[in-house]
This record gives sequence, C-alpha cells and structure tokens, in this order.
Amino acid sequence: MEINKDLIAASSTPIVLATLAKRESYGYAILKQVQDASGQHIEWTDGMLYPVLHRLERLGYIDGTWKDADSGRKRKYYRITSRGRKQLADELKQWRAVDATIRGILPAMTMQLSHRL
Amino acid sequence: MTTPHIEQQIEQWREYFLRRKAVQSQDVAELEDHLREQITGLEKNGLSSDEAFLVAIKRLGDLDSISREFAREYSERLWKQLVVAPSDTEAGESRTEWMMVLGLAVLAALLIKAPTLFGLQIDRDWGFYVRNVSFSVLPILAGYFIWKRKLSGKFVGWVAAAFVVAAIVMNVFPFHLNGSTIGLSALHLPIVLWFVVGVAYAGSRWREVTGRMDFIRYTGELFIYYALIALGGGVLSGFMLMIFESIGVNISPVIGLWVIPCGAAGAVIIASWLVEAKKSVIENMAPVLTRLFTPLFALVLLVFLTTMVWTGNGVNVARDVLIGFDLLLVVVLGLFVYSMSARSPQAKPGMSDILQIILLVSALLADAVALWAIASRISELGWTPNRVAALGENIILLVNLAWSSVLYLKFFRKQGTFAELEKWQTQYIAVYATWAMIVVALFPLLFGFR
Repeated sequence: MEINKDLIAASSTPIVLATLAKRESYGYAILKQVQDASGQHIEWTDGMLYPVLHRLERLGYIDGTWKDADSGRKRKYYRITSRGRKQLADELKQWRAVDATIRGILPAMTMQLSHRL
Repeated sequence: MTTPHIEQQIEQWREYFLRRKAVQSQDVAELEDHLREQITGLEKNGLSSDEAFLVAIKRLGDLDSISREFAREYSERLWKQLVVAPSDTEAGESRTEWMMVLGLAVLAALLIKAPTLFGLQIDRDWGFYVRNVSFSVLPILAGYFIWKRKLSGKFVGWVAAAFVVAAIVMNVFPFHLNGSTIGLSALHLPIVLWFVVGVAYAGSRWREVTGRMDFIRYTGELFIYYALIALGGGVLSGFMLMIFESIGVNISPVIGLWVIPCGAAGAVIIASWLVEAKKSVIENMAPVLTRLFTPLFALVLLVFLTTMVWTGNGVNVARDVLIGFDLLLVVVLGLFVYSMSARSPQAKPGMSDILQIILLVSALLADAVALWAIASRISELGWTPNRVAALGENIILLVNLAWSSVLYLKFFRKQGTFAELEKWQTQYIAVYATWAMIVVALFPLLFGFR
C-alpha cells in the first residue's frame, strides 16, 4: 500500500510532533522511528523532512539546537515546545474527526475493508 | 568508517548543494549528517561503501525539489541579505572587526567634537575648523584600512607622513580669513587626503590598475551607502525633534551641534565597513544607477545642444556657471567611470557603449561652448584664485573626457582594447591628486594667502 502525496504532506506535522513528543531527536532518527511505527507504509523522501522541521521550528512548535553527536560531528537535535504540544493535541482532534466522519458514513465498508486487509 | 573516495564524493555533493541560493551551509551540514548516518547504517547491512553512498543519495531525494522546499520556507534567502550572518568560522573574526569599526566610528565622532573641549566654537573659531575638519575622519578611515589590510610599517609611515605634512601646511599658512584661498585649500584638502586613504585602501596594489579600480568602485559604493545612512539619520533627527517638541523640549541645538556632526563623521567609517563587508555579497549599486542615468543624461545634453544651436543663444556667463559646468563634467565622468568599473573587459561593444560615447561627446561639446565663453570673460575680468581653480579643474576633466572618448571610439572600432581605457582612467587619478595638492599648497603662496 502506498499513501498518496497529499495525505503524506498533511500528516507530516502531527507525525513529526508526535515523534518528538516522546523524546528529543534528530532528522535521521525521526525518519527511522516513523518508518518503523508505520510498518514501512510511510516512506518519506529523506531530504524533504528537513524543510518540514525548519517550518515547524519557525512556527515555534519545535526547538532546534546544535549539539555534538557520538559520531563527533555536529548534529541538530529538535525537541517539542509547549506550543507544539498544543498544536499536536489540536491536530489529533482534527484527525479523529476526519476518521470518525469516514467511519460514520461507511461503517460496514470500513470494517469489511479492514478485515480484508 | 567512510573511505577517502566516499569523502570526496560527499565533498562534491556538499559543494553542489551549497550552490543553491535558498540553501545555507547549516542546512547542508544537517543533511550531510543525515547522509553519513544513512551510509553507515547501510554499510552495517552489508552494502559496500560505494553502494551505500548511492542508495543514501537516492533516498535523500532530488536536490532540486529539496531546495525548492527550502526556498518556500526561506523566501528571504533569495534576497541577498544586507547584514550577512557570518558562518561559524568567521563569526569571531567578524565580531572583532565590528567592534573595531564601532570603536573607530565613535573615535571619529569624538574627534570632530574634540575642539569644543578646548573651548573652540564653530561660529567663533571657524578658521580652525575649516583648516582641520578633514583631519578628524580621514586619518581614522586610513587607519581602518591599514589595520584591515595589515599593511607594513613602511606604508603606515608614508600615510602618516602625508597626513602630518598636510596638517602642518594647513595650520602654518597665514591665511586671510576673508580671502578665498583658505576656502579653496579647505575644499581641496579632503580630495588630497582621499587619495591618501586610497593608498591605504589599495595597499601594495596602489600603483596597479586593479588596485586603483577597486578604490574607484569603493568610492562610488561608499557614496551611495553614505547617502542612504544620511537619509536614515535625517528621518531619525526629524522624529527626535517632533517627539521632544511634543513634551515642550527644544532639542534642535543638540541635533545641530552633536547628532549631525557626530553622525556624519561616524557614518563614513560605518559606510566604509559596509562596502567592505558587502562587496562580494550584493550587487554594486553605482553601476546600476549609472546604467539608469547614462541614457537620461545623454538625452538631456543632446537636447541642450540642439536648443542652443536652434535658438542661437550663447552661454550666459554668470558667476557660478564655471562651477556648474565643472560639476557637470564630474557627473559625466562618474557615470562613465562607474559603468566602466562594472563592465567586463572581454564583452563585445554594444548598445550601452554607443550611449556612453554619445554622453561623452555631448558633454565635451557642451563644456567646450561654456569654456569658450568663460575664457573670454576671464581675460576681461582678470584672474582670481577661484576662477583659476575652477578653470584648471575644467581643463583637467576636459582632457580626461576627450582622451577617453578617443580611446572608447578606438575600442568601439576594434582598434584598441578596453584595458587601455581602464589604464588611462586609473593613471589619470595622479593628475587629480596633483592638481588638488597644487590648489591646497601652492595657490595660497601664489595669491598671497588672500
């Protein structure tokens, strides 16, 4: 199964925020976590994550700092801010609403589909 | 561990990525860290380092779309920023420079007010001020370039000696305060000292065409930055006056006696630093302005000449006409020199060159007419220091523009090179310097300090 581009773009904010809500992290590790959590369904183009991170940083949802990594190189770590947590809660509400709407319209079919999968 | 071969490839990738305007070194560093970690991970899974590099690059995605995303996020980066953020390695260095520049600007501002500490008032002791005002800013500016270029002791000695000799000449000469030679000397002194600053600016290249050309570029950019800073200063002063007036406090003496002189002095240093810091970052403004105004000036001069011929009116030799035509020649020369300074010497002659030639020739004709009228008038009225100085300047500029036109025409007809033109202009700087020196130091002697 491949998730379409628009959905990937729309879901990138809550996914990144949710990943960082658990713990501080950096680009590569975020990507790996998302891949594992999605059961390999979500495969972002690696490079595209960074403009997203920078946008979230500008909006004040996350905070980036350069630190020394174990590898000896500099690495930029991001952590979620309180504004980011609020945004995450808000987005989750929206996702639940969308999800509930779909389920409400097609209860049987969603069930069938998920069984078949 | 990555092999040297992979290191080389990563280096290439970094350079390639950095070339994009919307991407900065920090972003590249972040993605490079990602790339390296990805490679290490793939190698652990059994890929060779070359394979790992290829897969990692592929997963990173197309650099064009990544930089497009960055451009969307950082639209401001597509505008070259006036106050550049220095990269990590340069940050310390540029902070030292900034402190130095700030210190020097404050020093220049203090120096211009220093005479008041000794009870010298500008209205009462204007003779002192007129003699010495050039020495408050220009030595500091020269000092900045000496520091910046790390010039050798020999250079420092010559530059310092030039300032000292000039200061002695200005203060030892028994000028008549009501005469005109004191004004002429004071007016030409900054020109002389400006060329001394030029020696400090160009350093060891001060005799070379490129060094002098850089100094010409610097002068033009400085003029523009200075005008911009002055504009901002004017707005600030206006607001200060207004808001203090609203609470019944009149601060116009403070502005007149402190803000304007100190600001004007300090701004020279700050503007110079800006030109230095920005020269590789943003487009030079002087050539852009000249490109805009060259056709307009050429048009005005052509219409002027046609009107003069049509109506048969001669030039009316009023008092300031000579000065006016001097200034016209200076402007035309400026337009010419600055469009020249930005022109690639290899470029083939084109439309803008035709415009330049029209501008040069029409300015020459207009000036020749005026000069003819004035020369006949001077022979009736006699020689005064002001007339001799103005006439001398006119002739010097006329000679330069005439020979420039000849060289330009030769270049246009492919009988000469553009480099000859540059060489002529840069060597001619010595003529201006010499003439300014003559006016400062010999005119008072020739005209008995009157």
